[in-house]
Amino acid sequence: MNWSEFFAMGGYALYVWGSYAAAAIVLLLNVVAARRREQSVRRELQNLQTLNPSDSE
Amino acid sequence: MFDFLHKYASPRNFYDFAGILIPWLAGVTVVLLAIGLYQGLFLAPPDYQQGQSVRIMFIHVPAAWMSMFVYMVLAGAGAVGLIWHLKLAEMTAAAAAPIGASFTFLALVTGSLWGKPMWGTWWAWDARLTSELILLFLYLGFMALQAAIDDPKRAARAGALLALIGVVNIPVIHFSVQWWNTLHQPASVSSIAKIGAPAIHPSLLWPLLIMAIAFTVFFAVVLLMRLRAEILHRERYTHWVAERIKS
Repeated sequence: MNWSEFFAMGGYALYVWGSYAAAAIVLLLNVVAARRREQSVRRELQNLQTLNPSDSE
Repeated sequence: MFDFLHKYASPRNFYDFAGILIPWLAGVTVVLLAIGLYQGLFLAPPDYQQGQSVRIMFIHVPAAWMSMFVYMVLAGAGAVGLIWHLKLAEMTAAAAAPIGASFTFLALVTGSLWGKPMWGTWWAWDARLTSELILLFLYLGFMALQAAIDDPKRAARAGALLALIGVVNIPVIHFSVQWWNTLHQPASVSSIAKIGAPAIHPSLLWPLLIMAIAFTVFFAVVLLMRLRAEILHRERYTHWVAERIKS
């Protein structure tokens, strides 16, 4: 099997690659969203500390 | 056992423990995905009826399994939170919801992409498809409820109740292909007892199982990442969080 045959997926390229692309996007967004959430929490905590430095004593 | 639970179920210890665990589990996920993709895309033979489109299975089936597994984790954590008021369990339920919703979405999208060439339609109001769509709405409902209630204790209680009522939907999804005459095919890997003789060839079963394990470990990674963020947020007024933030 050569590469162009591989990418053609027996005529099902759109459906097969569409599925794998969807999976890649969903997995990636999961990681991005989790990271973003952590960053926003950290920002909030830093603000909390600059507002109330005595809390961290 | 109780000492162990007490130690790791304390948000502070869990936060540090999860921090050590995440990079290892992420490495395992990458390796499993590489093996699963190689087997699924290169080694597995095309199906005699479905041709190359059968490769959608290696995404679709693990995603669909995860959609139900994550829901059980969510509902189970919700129940533990309701009964023992364990903060970590409440946070687990909240952290699992968006991940489960994303797997459910993926199962629906890949199902649609598989249904079009095989059944001739993107969507049918068939029992399996409809109950899976209801699962997506359960996740979204849970998340909306969490977002709408400011007090985390009350949000956790309301969410857990919704999640527990929604558990009814899980057997409906699982058995829908037996109870009703659906367009969707019945299970090929139906139970642990039949794993020795499933209605699927090993060349297809192996990549399927490896992808399923890869998705499961991936779920653990993202769940732990989200849990760490939730722990910081809910413990934001404590001394130890202030210490971790400074460094």
